[in-house]
Amino acid sequence: MTGSLASRAGVRQAGWLLAPALVWMGLFFVLPLLIVLLISFASRGAYGGVEWTFTLVNYRDLADPLYLWIYLRSCAFALATTGLCLCLGFPLAYYIARAPARWQGLWLMLVLVPFWTNFLVRTYAWMNVLRADGLLNRLLIATGFISEPVEILYTDLAVLIGLVYGYLPFMVLPLYAALERIDRSLIEAARDLYASGWTVFTRVIVPLAKPGIIAGCLLVFIPSLGAYITPDLLGGARSMMIGNFIQHEYLVVRDWPLGSAASFVLMAMVLVGMWGYQRTGGERPL
Amino acid sequence: MNKLTMTKFIGGVFLLVAVILVACQAPSDDPMRRKTLYYFTWSDYVGPELLEPFERQTGTKVVVDTFSSNEELLAKLQSGASGYDVTVPSDFMVSVMMKQGLLAELDPARIPNARRLAVGLENLPVDPEHRFSVPYLWGTVGIGYDSNVIPTPPDSWAVLWDERYKGKISMLNDQREVFGAVLRSMGHSMNTREPAIIEAAKAKLLQQKPLVRTYTSDHFDQMLASGEVVLAHGWGGPVARAMALKPSIKYVVPKEGATIWADCLVVPKTSRNKELAMQFINYLLDREVAARTSERLMFASANPEAKALVKPAVRDNPAVYPDETALGHLEWMMDVGETLRLYDRAWTELKMK
Repeated sequence: MTGSLASRAGVRQAGWLLAPALVWMGLFFVLPLLIVLLISFASRGAYGGVEWTFTLVNYRDLADPLYLWIYLRSCAFALATTGLCLCLGFPLAYYIARAPARWQGLWLMLVLVPFWTNFLVRTYAWMNVLRADGLLNRLLIATGFISEPVEILYTDLAVLIGLVYGYLPFMVLPLYAALERIDRSLIEAARDLYASGWTVFTRVIVPLAKPGIIAGCLLVFIPSLGAYITPDLLGGARSMMIGNFIQHEYLVVRDWPLGSAASFVLMAMVLVGMWGYQRTGGERPL
Repeated sequence: MNKLTMTKFIGGVFLLVAVILVACQAPSDDPMRRKTLYYFTWSDYVGPELLEPFERQTGTKVVVDTFSSNEELLAKLQSGASGYDVTVPSDFMVSVMMKQGLLAELDPARIPNARRLAVGLENLPVDPEHRFSVPYLWGTVGIGYDSNVIPTPPDSWAVLWDERYKGKISMLNDQREVFGAVLRSMGHSMNTREPAIIEAAKAKLLQQKPLVRTYTSDHFDQMLASGEVVLAHGWGGPVARAMALKPSIKYVVPKEGATIWADCLVVPKTSRNKELAMQFINYLLDREVAARTSERLMFASANPEAKALVKPAVRDNPAVYPDETALGHLEWMMDVGETLRLYDRAWTELKMK
């Protein structure tokens, strides 16, 4: 009796605990999102205001091949970023997870250190590394790999470098968490059963690390899809990603309805991706 | 956590939210304190030495808040930020704000320093009678170039299509300015509403794109000074600042014509201190104050009497004060109404190719 009373009181208290987060999310997340959704069905006023006449024209406009191309391009960049982060992040995370416990904290901290500095400042630093007379070119020339500086800054390659750099930690951390949990005796057992290194990797480690792989891929794919500073600064604004397009519609053209519709299409793409994850391999929620 | 502390905690959250909301609101006047003037301006427009004399003369306090683009300024005023007394939109934005009814009418009697304006600034097309706005600083858009690399001084936009400078050219990251340059080079108005002409301009820009290193409105002065580019489409002021770092940098307003722009002083309708605001505008246009501002920012002052007080190195710099010939073929950027969609589409296509 007393036990069930206490637990009911506990539930009531737990409800209270939710309140601050609910208020916060409601005011600063759900409400603005609803406003953006409403605006995406309005039309642009003559001088850039919002006119509250219901229309689907913004979504129809986005079906234009030109805009679809922007979405495709952004997806390609996001996929390439995710793939590269996985290739770079997996060995790194594996190394950290296998390192002696007293070293793991240090390695993890080193992965996180870049976050202590503002992303914009770090992007400016990359501009200095990548420019024609920058660190990278001087290093490559000094070591004799190239004789003339290569143009890296203001190319798609620079954008890709910047994106991989920026989101690598989001891949490493969930991978580390998954790899660290793997019971070493399972690997030893596989070895005892004469599995080759490759078989151990593909049949034991990867399946066990799958939740971490999927979480890391989503954490990298989603923000890089909406990247905005990197293409602008490292790509020299020579081409657009969705983030730049939305910013352009909002601030330059002052077409808030089209910008809002573009944001919602972006969000829909992300949701479809998450749903796909739930369907295919997401036995475990994130 | 017991119920009392929980309530306190939630109360605290609400209080925090309330404080943030209040802080976002414009400041209110406290009659017990000195009168305060709220000045909303470009991030680099105010030096510490500029405001102090005004505060001393009038016994008021000037609070400065800054923006970095016209669009940001408009968004803030549109979203209902009130309490700013003086702000500085560019010419085309003045017209948008006038049409949206965001500006208060000015009293010319209170702004005697605006009675005479520099040649080219009288009867600004967006507000010919200066009922709502007074020009403050102005300048041109042209080409900054490195005369060590380009020995014959260019006089035409055509140089930005010269294959020899491939990868050494920067253009503004601004659709109207970039189209403005190409339209003038083709002999058209930069405010054209003809779809066929805009289409032709787009084709010319696509042809130029392989030569362009980057589209930037922020870094072209540094890129010129560091030699990363040798030709930069841009505003005169930053080019003049690049000259201080690298003396071989020169500036030209192409003969086919270019943009003239002016940042104008206006009083938002929501100002609570309109008289003080106009007093402040008059102060900013005082020839002595204006001359120092001009020297510091490398932009021309709208007060013609200020020019004589500006040091010769700045006064005779064509990037700051355009010469007679340049003045003859400048054009104001005007609102193009629904045609903006065409420009926008063409710009997006340029970026996606």
